[in-house]
Amino acid sequence: MGWFSVQFQQRAGRFARVGAVVAAATLAAIPLAVPAQAQQGKVLRVALTTGIDHLNPFTAALSASTQIGRFTFEFLTIPNAEKAEASPALAESWTPSPDKLTWTFKIRSGVKWSDGQPVTAKDAAFTFNRMLTDENARTANGNYVANFETVTAPDDTTLVIKTKAVQVNMNLLDVPIVPQHIWEPIKDLKAASTDTLAVAGVSDGPFQLTEYKPNEYVKFKANKDYWRGAPKVDELQLLVFKDTEAAVNALKQGEVDVINRLNPNQFTSLQGQQGITTNAAPGRRYDELAINFGVTDNANNPIGDGNPVLKDINVRKAITQAVDTQAIVDKVLKGLGQVGGGVVPAIYADYHWDPSDSEKVKFDLAAANTTLEQAGYKKGPDGVRTGPGGAKLELRLTGHANRSYDQGVAQYVTGWLKDIGITVKQDLVSDDELSDRTAVGKYDLAIGGYGTNPDPDYALSLHTCGARPAPDGKGGSTDTFFCDAAYDDLYKKQLTETDDAKRAGYVKQAQARLYSQFPTIVLDYQNALEAYRSDKFSAFTTQPQPKGAILEQTGYWGVYGATPAGTGGSADSGSGNTVLWIVIGAVVVVVLVGGGIALSRRGKTAEDRE
Amino acid sequence: MTTPDQAAVLVDPDEHRGGTGTARFVLKKVLEALISIVLVIVLFFFLFRMLPGDPVAAMTRDRVTSPQQIAELREKMGVDKPVFVQFGNYFWDLLHGDLGESRLLNNGRPVADMIGERLWPTILLVGSATLLAVVLGLWLGIRAAWRRDSFFDRSQTGIALTLWSVPQFWLGLMLLVATNGLFPSRGMHSPDAAPDVLSQTLDVLHHLVLPCVTLLAVFYAQYMLIMRSSLLGEMNADYLTTARAKGLRDDLVRRRHAVPNALLPTTTLVFMQFGSVLAGAVTVEAVFSWPGLGQLTYEALHGPDLPVLQGLFTVLASAVVLMNLLAELLYRVLDPRVRTS
Repeated sequence: MGWFSVQFQQRAGRFARVGAVVAAATLAAIPLAVPAQAQQGKVLRVALTTGIDHLNPFTAALSASTQIGRFTFEFLTIPNAEKAEASPALAESWTPSPDKLTWTFKIRSGVKWSDGQPVTAKDAAFTFNRMLTDENARTANGNYVANFETVTAPDDTTLVIKTKAVQVNMNLLDVPIVPQHIWEPIKDLKAASTDTLAVAGVSDGPFQLTEYKPNEYVKFKANKDYWRGAPKVDELQLLVFKDTEAAVNALKQGEVDVINRLNPNQFTSLQGQQGITTNAAPGRRYDELAINFGVTDNANNPIGDGNPVLKDINVRKAITQAVDTQAIVDKVLKGLGQVGGGVVPAIYADYHWDPSDSEKVKFDLAAANTTLEQAGYKKGPDGVRTGPGGAKLELRLTGHANRSYDQGVAQYVTGWLKDIGITVKQDLVSDDELSDRTAVGKYDLAIGGYGTNPDPDYALSLHTCGARPAPDGKGGSTDTFFCDAAYDDLYKKQLTETDDAKRAGYVKQAQARLYSQFPTIVLDYQNALEAYRSDKFSAFTTQPQPKGAILEQTGYWGVYGATPAGTGGSADSGSGNTVLWIVIGAVVVVVLVGGGIALSRRGKTAEDRE
Repeated sequence: MTTPDQAAVLVDPDEHRGGTGTARFVLKKVLEALISIVLVIVLFFFLFRMLPGDPVAAMTRDRVTSPQQIAELREKMGVDKPVFVQFGNYFWDLLHGDLGESRLLNNGRPVADMIGERLWPTILLVGSATLLAVVLGLWLGIRAAWRRDSFFDRSQTGIALTLWSVPQFWLGLMLLVATNGLFPSRGMHSPDAAPDVLSQTLDVLHHLVLPCVTLLAVFYAQYMLIMRSSLLGEMNADYLTTARAKGLRDDLVRRRHAVPNALLPTTTLVFMQFGSVLAGAVTVEAVFSWPGLGQLTYEALHGPDLPVLQGLFTVLASAVVLMNLLAELLYRVLDPRVRTS
């Protein structure tokens, strides 16, 4: 070692020093060299804080990927911007047969794929038929076609879909229509080639893919021939951020223009900042406190290990009386949400249900105490009530350990229930552990929630008898294990009702029925928290209107309607202090080079002296 | 001028026995490394099977899925087979370089592809940060030891220890805020960079600055402190007195006599650390959205995407084992005393 090292050091010492100086100078000079950018037109930069799995619309299941599908492909119909109701897109109109089993869509003519070929009903028929015949094509949106019998295109402007049973979401099939001439030759839809621009890039939506760098960014150019008219920006970029704090910082520094999925702390920190506008939109998700009322599987056998005391509706009522949903919105959500009512969030105003004054179980700890007292649960000397068998009222409360929302709610609920003589043992766990437990009823109280669709069917279906798991604990899609004849009857009625107003009536009655049985407490609907650079963009089209989300949409309205601020206002990032940085950089380079020379001189003289 | 070390090299008794001793040593070490890797694979496989959570349930969470779809998935993923059959399949596939398929992050994509695409960004980031950390750490460590208890020594040791104890993500975020947009805050490429090679290279370097500086700041302390203490250990050695007695300048005594001997433990450390630094880049890659293995780990943990995690851990653990093997072999080359003993 010694010999080698000495030789090496003698030879390389001088070079190493010079090399180090050069390297340092290069590092310092990098920020000066960078402005070599191919910048053009008005660009909308969106911070993307969730992952992309595929560009292939058949296999793209993550929300960011389906969003890319929305920006690039047209659908038969899409929820409109105003009320998130079915509105014409590729289909100009649609008519169900009287038995609601055959749906005929009139396809718009004159729409073109980005390679110039016309979009016809045959493309739509191909898309659905591929999903019916190819398992891989069902990866992302298979549930929409599970009930289809045949899909045909008698001519270029007519699409006919026959279903095996009545399907309520036929006017909102969330399936991107792909070009037949591109996708038909592809045999394996899982092949990596289906994620390339040559395949997934041929599209007919408001934006067209131009570049995809996995794990980094996606670039789109505006579709100038889009049938609704060209978007107001020339380019759209989705920039991947793995850390939301870094994304917030990028918005502050003007590196991105729009950001969503903020938490309440980040949101409030952006409020009132120069050039930034915040947007708190009603959310599509409900949060709940599920109560294990003695749950059963779909053969009505009891499962799980819920505390039997919760079978008593009076105990469930008392718990509901003791949970202050307004306080949860004010304190845990910092006011950025709406107080819960039914399982259809307030954003879907037509189907949302709020208890009337007479139906509402108001927050009232004294009344909750009275309810328990009258039901025969007496307080012991330690303030804890005891049940009929002499057992103390003690409930386990579970939820997501990694969510601050669950932690906050758990604290408040524990305190309130203590006041009415019920001890709560908190046991917040990992997401997987939580879904394992709730899937088989192993909980007393569980903090959870579901994202919902514009159509209320999904949110309601979670509480039907049929959604419960099989006796082996598998196959369930239930949320609450609720099984109630009156509820199921209302659910079936809304499923087949053709009159919109009547259907809305059944949907609301079903929610009222659920509310009155206390299998769960809908706590709130969290707001979708977004912010944008209002110095660069004056307006976005929100969904719904007037108070809706920019990015958290079922549709392309937000990016399609993005309006750059001012005329000719270029949306590229500011370089106001470039001169300052050039000066600083130059000084650093001079100091480093000077220091390096001095050092290497010293080294030389030392060696000379030897 | 001849040091005791050189004499040892010249009369290495091992030389007479030809290369057999060395060959046996290398073979033994390689075998040990292979066994470690196999044990790691077995351990991870069963560890991951013990975690709570039904993989099919995790995949279909919050998505509308029919019972038939769930049954199809179950069969396709082979989770209904006995665990030893699953292990046999897994190990056989692994021998063919197949690490399984992603479930959540990139449904159906081979894990090996996902790791392969993330490997180079991580090697670039961790490699450059390690190189700079070694250079800076050794240089500061040598200076600090030579002027022990001086102001330089105390202040530099203090700074290094402070930076070493700072959480990486916090330091990264602070740098982001402090540089105020001078450097890009995410990724490795800017979508606006011109397509020519020079612009692209500069663009990558520009993106590299902040994550690299963050890693450097956190990691140089260990090299500095090891170098400092091992040089301190050499400072009172007789050969240094001899060198001084010959009238050599202090600078030369340090550079030609003390440092080469003190470098030995540090070399080992550099290699042993490289493996764990790969894993240590997780938070930095997450803060700067650097598209490397650390970021993949972070995403896979969030899912959790167990096949991806298992593949990652297998690769990272193998990297640590390989680096340790390299360190052991290199140590033998560098230090004749190991060879003769």
